[in-house]
Amino acid sequence: MKIEDLSTGYDRQVVAEHITFEVHKGDYLCIVGENGAGKSTLMKTILGLIPPIAGSITYEENEKSGIGYIPQQTDIQKDFPATVKEIVLSGTLAGMGHRPFYSKKEKAKAKEAIEMMDIWGLRDASFRNLSGGQKQRVLLARALCATREIMLLDEPVAGLDPKVTEDLYRLIREINDSGVTVIMISHDIEAALTYADHILFLGKKGSFFGTVEEYKNSRYAETFSAGDGREAGA
Amino acid sequence: MEKLQLYFQYSFVRYALIVGVLVALCSSLLGVTLVLKRFSFIGDGLSHVAFGAMCAASVVGLTDNMLLVMPVTIATAIFLLRPGKKAALKGDAAIAMLSVSSLAIGYLLMNVFATSANVSGDVCSTLFGSMSILTLNKTEVTVCIVLSVAVILTYVLMYNRLFAVTFDEDFAKASGLASERYQLIIAVIIAVIIVLGMNLVGSLLISALVVFPTLSSMRISHTFRGVVILSAILSVLCTVVGMLLSMVYSTPLGATIVGMDILMYMICAVTGRYLRRS
Repeated sequence: MKIEDLSTGYDRQVVAEHITFEVHKGDYLCIVGENGAGKSTLMKTILGLIPPIAGSITYEENEKSGIGYIPQQTDIQKDFPATVKEIVLSGTLAGMGHRPFYSKKEKAKAKEAIEMMDIWGLRDASFRNLSGGQKQRVLLARALCATREIMLLDEPVAGLDPKVTEDLYRLIREINDSGVTVIMISHDIEAALTYADHILFLGKKGSFFGTVEEYKNSRYAETFSAGDGREAGA
Repeated sequence: MEKLQLYFQYSFVRYALIVGVLVALCSSLLGVTLVLKRFSFIGDGLSHVAFGAMCAASVVGLTDNMLLVMPVTIATAIFLLRPGKKAALKGDAAIAMLSVSSLAIGYLLMNVFATSANVSGDVCSTLFGSMSILTLNKTEVTVCIVLSVAVILTYVLMYNRLFAVTFDEDFAKASGLASERYQLIIAVIIAVIIVLGMNLVGSLLISALVVFPTLSSMRISHTFRGVVILSAILSVLCTVVGMLLSMVYSTPLGATIVGMDILMYMICAVTGRYLRRS
């Protein structure tokens, strides 16, 4: 995926501009930056949920079929009555053409994803009764059903405790190792530098794109994360 | 009991029951989507728009009110539910504005250009349903059956996709599902149901048919499929019992049905709490 001089925003109101970067198959890119720098807006633009204001996004052939998206938790999902199985299965819909009902193939796909995320024991549990970490695993499994090419995650560990956070990062790492391109918005710069191979920094005064090594040596590393950034760089 | 047996000999009573069951079934199915997407209020607003259109239609003197009411309601539904969260008229205040405007203008039209001798009676029956369902003729019943079957069929065929779009519209769209199309279909179906439901409980109470069965079944079931099936059953049950009661005791039809829905909600709330504790 190639993003060139992209400007994003709502209703002609520019949130972030002049964003340029490239993602290749199997990359692990973390998008970091200040609040309000336009990270989520950029992600929604890449997903095609909002139109770009200027610039271009060129998708590779394998990315056109669809993107697995793990959004920030919405209000709607908090009390939604649905089982884990129902939710994961819904990830397979996009690949079904005009067929109205799930076949054995979709069910097998969902089962595999549920097992990979290690939540088979919860398959009949209701989503609204799950813990934060379990919910994220369900949404990861659903995204795995939608595509094995590219996955976009919007702050997947927000509000989770350290142990669960680490487990989740490991799972995402595993998904990435299996060949899925991962683009993730993160507040956790330390983890981003540990797990990712590329960093996109969005700031109000300009942005940076490069490998983790390049980022550590750039001036953005210091201005953005005074405390933990130095630790991670040491 | 004897009274009921006597009633069932009349074809218009049987017609009313058929229409009642179908409307209850359709409204509860779509109600699940509306309630879960936080769109309950849109159903309410739409029913008032339908009322305004109904008044306008009777003032103009259309032989078939549906010809005006249906398109106007569908257009409003598409307008309110159209994709994109930045729609101009989406806030609850805006919908409230739309619905009172329709109510006021509708009533005004009826009063100023009164074509019948009993204006307040007409208005009251449009708002609260009354027994106008008992005056349905065979054509109207046929139209209702055809539309209801179409709604139910569409719902069953789109069930899985409706679930995906209801649960997470952004994900559905990103993964390549044409979520706008489903949003559009939902809008059209809701408008059809609301217009059909006006015959039964009237435009003021139609939201009850949409909202109550879902809320009741959400108290008991934890799966999406369970909620859908249970709300269909509860909705039909409440409507049939409500209709029979209102015939036997000559109570207002719409209000009696909604009364049953309220009772059912309380039963489900208590049962749900008991189930969770044990």
